[in-house]
Amino acid sequence: MTDTPLLELRNVSKSFGSVQALTDVDLEVRAGEVMALVGDNGAGKSTLIKCVAGIHPMDDGEMFFDGQRVHISSPKDAAKLGIEVVYQDLALCDNLDVVQNMYLGREARNGFQILREPPMEAKTRETLKTLRVTTIRSIRQPVATLSGGQRQSVAVARAVLWNSRLVILDEPTAALGVAQTEQVLALVNRLAEQGLGVVLISHNLHDIFETATRIAVLRLGRNAGLFERAKVTQEKIVHAITAGQPTKVSGIAATTDGAPV
Amino acid sequence: MTAAAPTPGTQIETVPLDPLPQRIRDNVRTGNLGSWPVIVALLLVVLVFSQTAQNFWSPANFTNIITQMAGTCLIAYGVVFVLLIGEIDLSVAFVSGVAGVVVAELQLPTGANLPWFVCIFLAILAATLIGVFQGSIVALVGVPSFVVTLAGYEIWQGAILKGLTQGVVTIQSGKINGFSNYFFSTDWSWLLAAGVSVLYVGGMLGSAFAGTRHGIAVRDPIVLALKVVVVPIVAFVVVGVLNKDRGVPFGLLLMVGSLVIWTFVAKRTTFGRHVYAVGGNAEAARRAGINVARIRILVFAIAGGMSGLGGIVLAARLQSVDLNAGGGTLLIDAIAAGVIGGTSLFGGRGEIRNALIGAALISTVSNGMFILGYDTGVIFMITGLILLVAVTFDTVVRRLQVRSGR
Ligand SMILES: Nc1ncnc2c1ncn2[C@@H]1O[C@H](COP(=O)(O)OP(=O)(O)OP(=O)(O)O)[C@@H](O)[C@H]1O
Ligand SMILES: [Mg+2]
Repeated sequence: MTDTPLLELRNVSKSFGSVQALTDVDLEVRAGEVMALVGDNGAGKSTLIKCVAGIHPMDDGEMFFDGQRVHISSPKDAAKLGIEVVYQDLALCDNLDVVQNMYLGREARNGFQILREPPMEAKTRETLKTLRVTTIRSIRQPVATLSGGQRQSVAVARAVLWNSRLVILDEPTAALGVAQTEQVLALVNRLAEQGLGVVLISHNLHDIFETATRIAVLRLGRNAGLFERAKVTQEKIVHAITAGQPTKVSGIAATTDGAPV
Repeated sequence: MTAAAPTPGTQIETVPLDPLPQRIRDNVRTGNLGSWPVIVALLLVVLVFSQTAQNFWSPANFTNIITQMAGTCLIAYGVVFVLLIGEIDLSVAFVSGVAGVVVAELQLPTGANLPWFVCIFLAILAATLIGVFQGSIVALVGVPSFVVTLAGYEIWQGAILKGLTQGVVTIQSGKINGFSNYFFSTDWSWLLAAGVSVLYVGGMLGSAFAGTRHGIAVRDPIVLALKVVVVPIVAFVVVGVLNKDRGVPFGLLLMVGSLVIWTFVAKRTTFGRHVYAVGGNAEAARRAGINVARIRILVFAIAGGMSGLGGIVLAARLQSVDLNAGGGTLLIDAIAAGVIGGTSLFGGRGEIRNALIGAALISTVSNGMFILGYDTGVIFMITGLILLVAVTFDTVVRRLQVRSGR
């Protein structure tokens, strides 16, 4: 592929005090692909996407969106670019209902900042229907009364409610049952088909191999390989996750035929 | 992308609404009992006192209770906002005292001698700015609100003592004193009842109608019908009783007007929605792009401003301010009013009207016990016990909720 990637990260570093969470990490996501991001616990996956989302400022490194250098310093900046994130530690307000959570921070309103509930309610209902989330009894019940999987569905639905261009999902299926997992994975594929970029973080290699176009491996906060899904085996990925050597490259790694870059 | 915006008039498939019993069970399970326990308690208290305390059950005493609770209630509206974001403001009582002092000093014919409305405006402004100041330290620096406002408690008490070198200032402006002592004529009182009824019924039916236009069925039509009938009846009964005495006191208008305005702000505006969000999960609110610090500062500003308004009413009631301004049980009463009314100390749950119901309960209890001849000491102890019960209740309910959730 020659077109510019949707999202490009170069040499991202981030530390929390003395903990070096990320060191010179590169990542590239193209429109229409599912980029899987894998790595052991504490490898830095969540930290990396929080940098993209404007939750944590990155210490070092560059970010390009549509080939343009961008600076993201708050979640609002990310949302403006069309980046939506489903966080591992779900960012929902338990005391608010489903509709209120779906529209949190971007409520339908008139010029006087007065809420317009009916369109929000109608669109929420519709979005949940397209995602085939059918188990939620009422979209006006507080999120606190939902099961873990239902909460997860709400979080995913919230990310796709907007005209997003890049959807990042941090372990979206971790709390889900078999059927719900299938649905989220199908949704992930559908998003990519519609031309969005998708970043999928998961520990479940089965899920990854079912959806991903490419697989990026992080280990100890460094790149430890970039693979084409079609040309790699689960064993190779497991090896990269557990024992991969840092792939110290400058700039963005090109896709290769299965070998770590 | 996934779902196109629904064009107006699109028929959206009606989803079966959850039946009312189910919703009630949900609300109990999640600790959303709201103010029902207090309303029941208030009715019980009224029943007991009307049987035991002489002259309790009279229009004059009803008017008394209302003028007694007005200042506390106005302050408590602000307290509810602060509680909603999971913070506390211990300075509200002395901030109200500061506003009283400002009003009294500025109206002095021998001093500044400013027009009454300027005095009132400046007093509320001063109280609001105090709120902004304290809120900024909480929101921007991250100092716990408990500590910031405890410091404020001391600072503003000191300011009152310093500001009242003469010990007591009499308020001579009749307009200012009217904030507590003005009564509407019988006709105006009826008109106010009608106005409130029309506003309420219009608001309720209006939003229900707006929903049906988007294909959203009216939830609980029975409850809606009940509300639309009961609220106007209550309004007219209250005014009817008050008209048997001196009519609607200005303090009641302030309480009801503030209730309407702040309920609208809390429930129908983006700001209100964000207040609840910050109280429910501040990190989630931040990730949703909400400026959490701004919300916190504004909430403390509201608490300050409402304390100012309450302080003016309290000063007007005495037609003077003295060194006790903002002292006594005012702080406890104002916070207790919010908490007793059913606002959670843990943030995110509660309604503005809780302040009104809580203040009514506290005022009724102390009024009734006073008539029965109990000492102030006993009244304090009972008020404290009610607060304790309310907070314990909140905590237990919250524990139940955590157990049932996820
Ligand atoms: N807010 C924080 N403060 C301090 N350290 C942090 C913070 N967030 C993450 N870390 C540290 O950064 C490292 C990477 O954490 P991160 O959450 O990104 O891992 P992860 O790859 O998402 O792991 P998991 O698969 O368990 O979710 C860890 O060592 C973690 O302790
Ligand atoms: Mg993680």
